[in-house]
Amino acid sequence: MFRIAKKDDLPKWKSMLIRIASVFVGLILSGLVIVPLGYNPVTTFSALFGGAFGSSSALITTIKIAIPLSITALGLAVAFRMKFWNIGGEGQILMGCVFATYISHQMPQSTNGVVLIVLMGVAGFFGGAVWALIPGVFRVYFRTNETLFTLMMNYIALFIVQYLHFVLWRNPASHGFPGIKAIPLQAHLPKIFGIHIGWIIALFLAALVFLLIRKTKLGYEIRVVGESEPTANYAGMNVKKVMLTGIMLSGGIVGLAGMIKLTGDVYTLSPDITGNAGFTAIVIAWLSNLSAPVIMFVSILIAALEQGSQIIQIKSGGSAAVTGIIQGLILMSALGAEFFLRYRVVRRKRYVQANHPVTGEISGTAEQPSSENMEQKDKQQIADDANHVSEGSEVVPEGDAK
Amino acid sequence: MIHVNPTTPELAFSMRGISKTFGSVLANENIHFEVRKGEIHALLGENGSGKSTLMNILSGIYQPDDGIIEVNGVEKIFHSPIDSISSGIGMVYQHFMLAEPLTAGENIAAGTKGFFLNRKTDSRTIREFSEKYGMEIDPDKLTHQLSVSEKQTVEILKVLYRGARILVLDEPTAVLTPQEIRRLFIVLRKMRESGCSIVFISHKLNEVMDLCDRVTVLRKGRSIETCNIADINSYDLVEKMVGRKVDLSIDRPLPRPDGTECLLVENMSLHDENGYKKLNRISFSLRHGEILGVAGLAGGGQKELCEAVAGIIPIDEGKIIFDGTNISGKSPREIIRLGVSMSFIPEDRLGMGLVASMDIADNILLKDYAFQKGPFLHTAEVRKKAEQIVEDLDIMTPGIFHPVRKLSGGNIQKVILGREINLSPKLLITAYAVRGLDINSSYTIYNLLNEQKKKNVAILYIGEDLDVLLELCDRIMVLFAGEITGIVDAGSATKEEIGQMMSGTKLADVVGGGKHVSNR
Repeated sequence: MFRIAKKDDLPKWKSMLIRIASVFVGLILSGLVIVPLGYNPVTTFSALFGGAFGSSSALITTIKIAIPLSITALGLAVAFRMKFWNIGGEGQILMGCVFATYISHQMPQSTNGVVLIVLMGVAGFFGGAVWALIPGVFRVYFRTNETLFTLMMNYIALFIVQYLHFVLWRNPASHGFPGIKAIPLQAHLPKIFGIHIGWIIALFLAALVFLLIRKTKLGYEIRVVGESEPTANYAGMNVKKVMLTGIMLSGGIVGLAGMIKLTGDVYTLSPDITGNAGFTAIVIAWLSNLSAPVIMFVSILIAALEQGSQIIQIKSGGSAAVTGIIQGLILMSALGAEFFLRYRVVRRKRYVQANHPVTGEISGTAEQPSSENMEQKDKQQIADDANHVSEGSEVVPEGDAK
Repeated sequence: MIHVNPTTPELAFSMRGISKTFGSVLANENIHFEVRKGEIHALLGENGSGKSTLMNILSGIYQPDDGIIEVNGVEKIFHSPIDSISSGIGMVYQHFMLAEPLTAGENIAAGTKGFFLNRKTDSRTIREFSEKYGMEIDPDKLTHQLSVSEKQTVEILKVLYRGARILVLDEPTAVLTPQEIRRLFIVLRKMRESGCSIVFISHKLNEVMDLCDRVTVLRKGRSIETCNIADINSYDLVEKMVGRKVDLSIDRPLPRPDGTECLLVENMSLHDENGYKKLNRISFSLRHGEILGVAGLAGGGQKELCEAVAGIIPIDEGKIIFDGTNISGKSPREIIRLGVSMSFIPEDRLGMGLVASMDIADNILLKDYAFQKGPFLHTAEVRKKAEQIVEDLDIMTPGIFHPVRKLSGGNIQKVILGREINLSPKLLITAYAVRGLDINSSYTIYNLLNEQKKKNVAILYIGEDLDVLLELCDRIMVLFAGEITGIVDAGSATKEEIGQMMSGTKLADVVGGGKHVSNR
């Protein structure tokens, strides 16, 4: 007979170790699954690892995937701190891209690259912020459900982009093919170490979000509001203002992630520009416990899985389904580790204490267990455990144990 | 009056060798607890002694790590509360669990046999059923129209209607007036005569002595003793609960004769977010160096009174004057900016006054951060302050970076009290300051309040234990349904008089009243 019990908090290094071990457990599990399917786990996993980290070009691709994921997760984490369930990352990324693209189209051709990129960044932040603030205002003032609201905003954003893609911003130079004009060359993000500077922005933002949450008054207010609105009220905080500021920051950072993907990687706004980052980032934020530094590591891991899986498909001829299985199992064991960090499974023991007076005497004064009795009880228990037998003794009237 | 038949002490249920751990905390350790048929058995123990864990095991909410439960001599394993209910065990919790939109009768009948509800026949059977036990209830009344004591009656009927022969009452008298308590006891005695067994959990020793046949005392997760009530007195019981002798008298230093008026509330009215009137034309005053107690049934407007004075909820009309400054309609932060130093310790400490998952230092910061300069937090001074508070109030904690939710109830209360006293307020509002605290911690809190009183602080003390209110406070104001039914001198008023006012009788009409009218 088993049941689940809460665990004490583990020391940090120990819980970190469990999390890392869980990734390996996931690898072993997926090995067990793919062997019967006829794949060699060693070659498959080395292809996965090699595809993600094996060469400098592989590493660059992995980091490129991780950049928008990590920035989106940083943004979502700010909202999640306030228990504002922002599921609208997709929409906020898209709207960030729409606003940034609009700026790039409107500015004269001769605009200086740095000026243009900064302006597009501001526009991207603004676009994401607006898209988050709409459900935010409704949540704060009318108590609507932000989970559904932000989710629906994703589809509105998607259809707006499709409309732009097929109709309004359709590039006349593309000979009738749908598509939006690419951003000008000077708006492309410069590269450092072969990767666009989005990685520096991501690291910078991680530090910024960390400082914001831990070291500023606003961050403190965000934490208090997230834990308990009545307490925030009691302390004299303007809960509505704090929430709206936090939601705006959250959406803005996510919008910035979109702008960075646009200017650093794809250069053209299209309906599939998000690559599901808005949803993947939710998993990243939670796996990282909303901690900004951890988000950076987890993003790399998730990006490596995505990139490595693609290489498996090319190299070892594995189908997309197999890489999906591997991804899923690794994620599942990582999430499972969170469960085992908080709970433990206990086997229920039962034993009969032989020497306790069962039915009280008329005077009713129960005998207090003496230390001698206690010792006997312990021995009894040890004996029971050793034999895996717990038997009813004569003092238990009808106690037929098991 | 011992009703136990000495020849056949037949057991209703017995729990033997019950152990239960939460993480590393041993909540129950080898507990033995047996209740006979047709007895009222008190379960006594301080907070954290393992009472609620034991009762949650009996009701099937928790599964024990170890031990055996027998009901009517048959061993049972409760996998869920359903198993426990079908064994004839009924729980009446302190917090009522009734479906608000339904009638009293529907609440009683819900969950019993049959698919359809038939209001008419159900009403009749329920009426007959309740009269059998001497309880009166109108089954067609809607739940939200019921008074607190009626709701409790519904809860008791609900479990009896499902066939419970063993009743567990968790602090049933905490929400009742003395008169209602007497009525409840009559019902409970009647149930005992019909062969039911009752487990009576209470902190109030005089009730236990008055009502119960036997008592089992728990201390630190262990069963210390089971004995007949007739064989023990309340002083020995306290000693067994606490583990040593305790002086149960509370100091009442005289208020300073030169105390000037600190708080003046005039004709204050307010309503809640659903539009219900919660306070109606409340007027009172409070002097520096005086403790004004507030008595009343749950929901009588005490919470609203505190929050309105603290500026957390808006008022409809009236005036709140603090040392000559009108603070009505101001937010908590505006009130502080005006230079008004007032501290409020709310009823729900972890839900309102503190952030449960944050550490002590971050919680001390709650009242300080807004007045620090610049956008960044300055934590160094707050840490020093936190260390000081931990040391001054003797808070048991591994350190100031320990999350408050992991502290015991008494230490949690000390953290918030320490933070608020540290602001050296002129007015201290405390709502149910000792709720959930054990006897030792309660007395520590009373002493801290008295120290503040001697420092000329005005104290508004919302309480629930009338004995404590009468001993600690200088005057007692009684609220009923949002109105003041009277303000009396605590030195001369009696529990009976306050009880009458708590159930709505105005002071002028109170039997034997009038002579205790407060001098102001």
